[in-house]
Amino acid sequence: MRDALHEIVEEFADTPKELRLPLLLQFADALPPLPQRLLDDRDAMEPVEECTAPLFLAVEVEPGQPVRLFFDAPREAPTSRGFASVLHAGLDGGTPDEILSTPNDFYLSMGLDDLVSPLRMRGMSGMLARVKRRVAAGMSA
Amino acid sequence: MPAEFDATTTLQQYAHPERLVTTAWLEANLGTPGLVVAESDEDVLLYDTGHIPGAVKIDWHTDLNDPLTRDYVDADAFAALMRAKGITPDTTIVFYGDQNNWWAAYALWVTSLFGHADVRLLDGGRKKWIDEGRAVTTDIPAPADTDYPVTQRDDSVIRAYREQVLAHIGNGPLVDVRSPAEFTGELLHMADYPQEGAIRGGHIPTAHSVPWRRAADETDGTFLPVDQLRAIYEDEIGLTPQDDVIAYCRIGERSSHTWFVLTHLLGFENVRNYDGSWVEWGNAVRVPIEKP
Repeated sequence: MRDALHEIVEEFADTPKELRLPLLLQFADALPPLPQRLLDDRDAMEPVEECTAPLFLAVEVEPGQPVRLFFDAPREAPTSRGFASVLHAGLDGGTPDEILSTPNDFYLSMGLDDLVSPLRMRGMSGMLARVKRRVAAGMSA
Repeated sequence: MPAEFDATTTLQQYAHPERLVTTAWLEANLGTPGLVVAESDEDVLLYDTGHIPGAVKIDWHTDLNDPLTRDYVDADAFAALMRAKGITPDTTIVFYGDQNNWWAAYALWVTSLFGHADVRLLDGGRKKWIDEGRAVTTDIPAPADTDYPVTQRDDSVIRAYREQVLAHIGNGPLVDVRSPAEFTGELLHMADYPQEGAIRGGHIPTAHSVPWRRAADETDGTFLPVDQLRAIYEDEIGLTPQDDVIAYCRIGERSSHTWFVLTHLLGFENVRNYDGSWVEWGNAVRVPIEKP
């Protein structure tokens, strides 16, 4: 797992249970806005259907360059925003190999499953699966 | 002491207008002794981003469901929850939430299982309150503990189990409140909820399909006027207020909303919610399934 993501997972796991949701909310608030080129071209973003709220992502892969990740979710969907922000903070700027080596169930170690219905936690794996698919496609392109 | 009823004219058309409050009434009555506002959302972080001033959070997953058995919390846990939220048996609880009050109606139904008398819904829910620009806060209230007594849950009146549903086929109306594609069996789960799946698709034989969302106005999420609700449930699928009705969905949350509409807005006297719903039925061995 990429160090940046590993540190976030540890941060959640080390945070007392009652403070984990506030921490997720901090991530939700910290999700960076989309750059203008994506705001102008929303069709370039892929909807993540595993999330219960409207969530979109874009992945930019250029040979020899760090991978760039972009996520968009409404303010009224803070849990999806929080998940997106965790992936963004943990994986944006990583190499394709670092991203592809992320365990699909990495989020199980965050200690959120008692707090967020496990049925809803899967939005995270949906996002990660789509990111990986885009990275793999970008490498072979 | 319970709060006064909302005398707003538009509510008086319903069978039990005392079960609804308008956003204007709630704003005017915030802080009234005996009134507790409770937010129940699908998105567990939404309350923390800002909520109605003074409102407490009741989480459908962690507060109302037993962590081990697939069942609601027991009497002790429910009493502990009420005590922690500053609620006494006389308290008026006004529930509201996201998604057209989907989870708020579920929390209201579970609270009704425990016999709490005065439970109401905020018509239009969280979205209407926010769209109207009414106040929100991130301050979390710290109510003083109450001595809410341990009251036993009564599952015999408004809750139905699989065996009862099985016996109901051909003997009473069933209402399937899921989306049309779930009803026909095209989808084994609700769109966007792939994990709450079932082995088999379709619906319980004889069930009528009335997606829950039809009871709410598409724009502001308030309940439809009573004549439009009657047109759907009485004229269209032929229910009568005396019928013994069982509603179901996937895990019993959307059908809580329909239970509220039939019971409190249309005055039906015998409506039960089958909370096992399709996640149980579509996975159960040897129960009959119909597919168009």
